Amino acid sequence: MKTIHQPPARGRGYAVFLLPGLLLSLLFLAVPLVMTFFYSLTQWQGIGSPLFIGPDNYTRLLGDADFWASFRNIAFVILGMAVVPTLLGLFLAALLFDYIGKKHGDGVVALLRSGLYLPQVIPVAVTGLMWGWILAPEGALNSLLDKAGLKSLAHNWLGDPDLALWTVLGVLVWIQLGYPLVLFISGLQRIDPELYEAASLDGASWWKRFTRVTVPILRPEVYVVLVTTTIAGLKVFAQIFVLTGGGPGNSTLVPAYFAYQNFFERADVGYGSAISSTITLLVLLVAGSFLTRQAREEI
Amino acid sequence: MSTRAKATASRRGPGSYAVVAAVTVLTLAFLAPFLVILLNSFKTSADYRAHGSLSWPASWNWDVLGDVWQRVDFTQKLVNSVETSLGVVLIAVVLALFNAYALGIGRVRWRTAFLVFFLGVNVVPQEGLVYPIYYLFKELGLYDGKLGYTILVGITYSAFGTYLLSSVFSGFPRELIEAASMDGAGRWTILWRIVLPMSWPTLSVMCVLFFVWSWNEFLYPLVLLISNENQTVPLGLSVMQGQYTSDPTALSAAALLGVIPMIVFFILFQRSLTRGVTAGAVK
Repeated sequence: MKTIHQPPARGRGYAVFLLPGLLLSLLFLAVPLVMTFFYSLTQWQGIGSPLFIGPDNYTRLLGDADFWASFRNIAFVILGMAVVPTLLGLFLAALLFDYIGKKHGDGVVALLRSGLYLPQVIPVAVTGLMWGWILAPEGALNSLLDKAGLKSLAHNWLGDPDLALWTVLGVLVWIQLGYPLVLFISGLQRIDPELYEAASLDGASWWKRFTRVTVPILRPEVYVVLVTTTIAGLKVFAQIFVLTGGGPGNSTLVPAYFAYQNFFERADVGYGSAISSTITLLVLLVAGSFLTRQAREEI
Repeated sequence: MSTRAKATASRRGPGSYAVVAAVTVLTLAFLAPFLVILLNSFKTSADYRAHGSLSWPASWNWDVLGDVWQRVDFTQKLVNSVETSLGVVLIAVVLALFNAYALGIGRVRWRTAFLVFFLGVNVVPQEGLVYPIYYLFKELGLYDGKLGYTILVGITYSAFGTYLLSSVFSGFPRELIEAASMDGAGRWTILWRIVLPMSWPTLSVMCVLFFVWSWNEFLYPLVLLISNENQTVPLGLSVMQGQYTSDPTALSAAALLGVIPMIVFFILFQRSLTRGVTAGAVK
């Protein structure tokens, strides 16, 4: 028992405010989490009582081609949600802030930024409806290619097993770009304008200012974007559900969707729980390493 | 400022207009999908079959939109989405305010451990919780009901709100609270009269952010709100995808109906939303 106490006048009387939030979070979030982990050690159809089988579900995972496919696809999803939007976002933010904003005013910047951010606020289910419509074999994209005389480029964008994942990646970039862009532009606002001016007076080109001033200054934002979107990528579900349903075959399957199938379509709750426990663990590891690193930097 | 504005304006050249044009084209390309569904939602089926998806509608025909509106009972979906989202905002903000008051201002014991806990539950994927919740909700009679769903999502967001508000509160001027304490104000009075009014800027940003998140929720409403009377806007519309594949103008209209509420919301609350995204990420 440690004997470091808060001065009574300070800490006392506040704990009661923590009670409702803490209890409800334990009940609705922590308890289900533990239950999922428990189910992952059982064989269970969702009715009757679970049969304890130890780590069998996990060994089954290791030999499951769908599981490995879902993790390979996650790498693509992270590319589409984290890496490409961050790189594009950096470039566009610098272009908007350090070039267009200075020559054409902040109004133009705000307008362009809003346009690029808009996909972020549209419900993913509706985004899926919209893109499914456009990417359908007879959809708008193929008509456009046809009209432009590029009929040979028309594809069954979401139905071709070799192409579906790349198409999904494109839609993910479309959804995600606004997030880093908004963060980066707001991060650039804390830069002392004289820094840029001094750099330009010294004859630094736009590209030099980008690599020597903008990117280093935005390092915290880049880090945050990469971590949060990587976590979002590990969890990705809705985007896949509405665009491809994991198919064709397992070409766009992701772990969360794979877990969902086992829970609600195959009534293999134990196996689904093993998949979702694995994702949860991965997410907590990524978030944990981020936090400890951040804490270390703050000290 | 004015001299600099003049100086920069004089530096505008053909090159700078070309850059603006390029980024504008990119932005328009980004927005093109919205334009495409807008055009096709107003076409008659005959018009669509004759001229395809890229033409301007022969006449602006509201029938398809009206028809889809009725088929999905869009009024009911809107009511459901507004009800649940407002409920979620209320629950999440109140719980977060209480939590953060205890952690950020009260500095209760083990506050770091509690913060780590809230942060942890904040990142846990819904996929990791959904089955037990589905099961428990069935047992408790909360399944396919807006009440249980709203409470669940509210609690989920309160974890994020706690984290955000606690860091704001840890910089709260202590003299104010100590002075009020001296005057005999209790914890409740201090929260209500001093802390709450001073944290409105953060709270309002949180409200906007939570409203959008809640409106756009997918997995929980998919699993927990399955009946027509309880479905939210995005889920109610995405059902169309399976049912009306052979009816392109109706699908387009469904997408348009789903897009409009959030575009309106975005235009109204753009500023708070942008601030929320920034605060949420960097804090």
